[in-house]
Amino acid sequence: MRNGLFEWEKPLYELELRIAELQKFTTEEDMDLSREIATLEKKADSLRREIYQNLTAWQQVLLARHPKRPTTLDYIEMVFDDFIEFHGDRHYRDDPAIVGGIATFDGIPVTVIGPQKGRDTKENMRRNFGLPHPEGYRKAMRLMEQADKFRRPIISLIDVVGAYPGIEAEERGQGNAIAECIRRMSFLQVPIVCVITGEGGSGGALAIGIGDRILMMEHAWYSVISPEMCAQILWKDSSKAPEAAEALKLTAQDLLKFGAIDSIVTEPLGGAHKNHEEAAANLKQALQENLQLLLEIPADELVEQRLARFRRLGKWRERAVAVYERHE
Amino acid sequence: MFKDLFRSKPKYVTVRPQAVSVKQDASVALWQKCPHCSNLIYKKDLEKNHYVCEKCGFHFRISIAERLHMTVDEGSFEELDTHLESDNPLGFPGYSEKLAQAQEKTGLDEALIVGRAAIYGNPCMLAVTDFDFMAGSMGSVVGERVTRTFELAIEQELPVVIFSAGGGGARMQEGILSLMQMAKTSQAVERHNRAGFLYVSVLTNPTLGGVYASFASLGDILLAEPGALIGFAGPRIVEEATKQSLPKGFQSAEFAMEHGMIDKIVQRKDMRQVLGKILSLHRKGLVSSA
Repeated sequence: MRNGLFEWEKPLYELELRIAELQKFTTEEDMDLSREIATLEKKADSLRREIYQNLTAWQQVLLARHPKRPTTLDYIEMVFDDFIEFHGDRHYRDDPAIVGGIATFDGIPVTVIGPQKGRDTKENMRRNFGLPHPEGYRKAMRLMEQADKFRRPIISLIDVVGAYPGIEAEERGQGNAIAECIRRMSFLQVPIVCVITGEGGSGGALAIGIGDRILMMEHAWYSVISPEMCAQILWKDSSKAPEAAEALKLTAQDLLKFGAIDSIVTEPLGGAHKNHEEAAANLKQALQENLQLLLEIPADELVEQRLARFRRLGKWRERAVAVYERHE
Repeated sequence: MFKDLFRSKPKYVTVRPQAVSVKQDASVALWQKCPHCSNLIYKKDLEKNHYVCEKCGFHFRISIAERLHMTVDEGSFEELDTHLESDNPLGFPGYSEKLAQAQEKTGLDEALIVGRAAIYGNPCMLAVTDFDFMAGSMGSVVGERVTRTFELAIEQELPVVIFSAGGGGARMQEGILSLMQMAKTSQAVERHNRAGFLYVSVLTNPTLGGVYASFASLGDILLAEPGALIGFAGPRIVEEATKQSLPKGFQSAEFAMEHGMIDKIVQRKDMRQVLGKILSLHRKGLVSSA
């Protein structure tokens, strides 16, 4: 990638440059090139569609990692009002890799949480590249249990490569922090909408990914393992990540087929980084639609439905076996 | 609601522990070298000593059959859900072959078997993992079996004991469906928990990743075998990510104990007795739940 541009976007970029040149020429030299420009623009349009609608799984992964892609705090600012960030897990420290707090959404008080990547190197260092420690998950859980107490819906915005694989993270119980999040989030008696906005890396994403509606941005990915790590384990070669990305079936379209997500939020052509406002507006609309439906369901029914949706997931064959008498 | 789920299925299959995949080492050598202290051990002695090195206490990995043999009351184990068979839902390259190889190698149909058993006369639902089957990893069948174990335990008002050795975590060849088993199993654990029943999770070598970060770390009581590797990210991944040398004994059962992650380390020879005691102490709560 150069200047925020992917290799596969180059032909389009060159065409766009050409168009800009002709437009400049039109104004500066007072020549009518509108027909040429129109032709080129038509060509650019079809090229745009061709490129962005035929992305490989690996290209989607790269798009989801684009440095200019909106982060959790960007979305919070554009989609919610009155956000107040709260800090700390009350046990060890505040983990800057996960943010959370209260806000209003369409006038309704909500709790919003999510991993936060840095928008530059300095912020990335402070936020550990958005890789949470156990205290991050414990903070998220504390805030979500508060939402349960005050009957606020929860919005979980997910963009995380994975839970941090560090020495201290292990010492403080990363695995159990994730398991506890999954277990407790599953039984909260308020509506929960999860959105995979960028990367959905394994248990680190699932920990805050238990919801009544699970949405996914068009170019996000969500997988049991990152393509690099999968390639490393399977083929001892992380450069085969593109093949692994294909095999893992990690795109929004794939996940919809498996029933792991409920719907896909459209992104601006070329990805959310091309137009933050448009991406945020789409997200807001999707949240509105889903929350409205969920707010009508009684709390206990909500939990039963939530559990039932996960209960169904999995695929196997049933083999005929000899039937024995039941031993009482 | 769970009743229907189980009634429609074929009933229990009785399996004697000895009949379940007795693992035969290909080599007929009479001696086995301890991978920890290099001590040469006479195989018969190793077997007598619960597959633990007499010299350094190293716990060898054991098959499900051996585990059942040394844990449950003789003849008490009834295997359940034997009719579930793994599929290749993603069409993942090489997965079907790997499954076949693992089945061939272990004589098992999947990495975990479940059933009803008794330990010192205490009835329980029991699940046991075999690391030799695709690193004990959890795909749809393992997740479904664990889930049904808890559901049936609720219906039959039984405690659950699970021996985990899920070093492979959530099985990557089943992609997102494996990840979702973490949610499904954790939810089943919590239903059983809310119904007021006991779950003892025994962490054996190694229990990592998505298995540890779901049902395996959610027990009321967490036991571990000495030296068992326990953690979320495996040691190699941590080393690569942090570029730091790992502290001595990192992620061992002893390390987990020191950091407050488990209740107790139990020698293999004592496991049956400890489990029996815990189960019997939970048979009747003294405090009435007025």
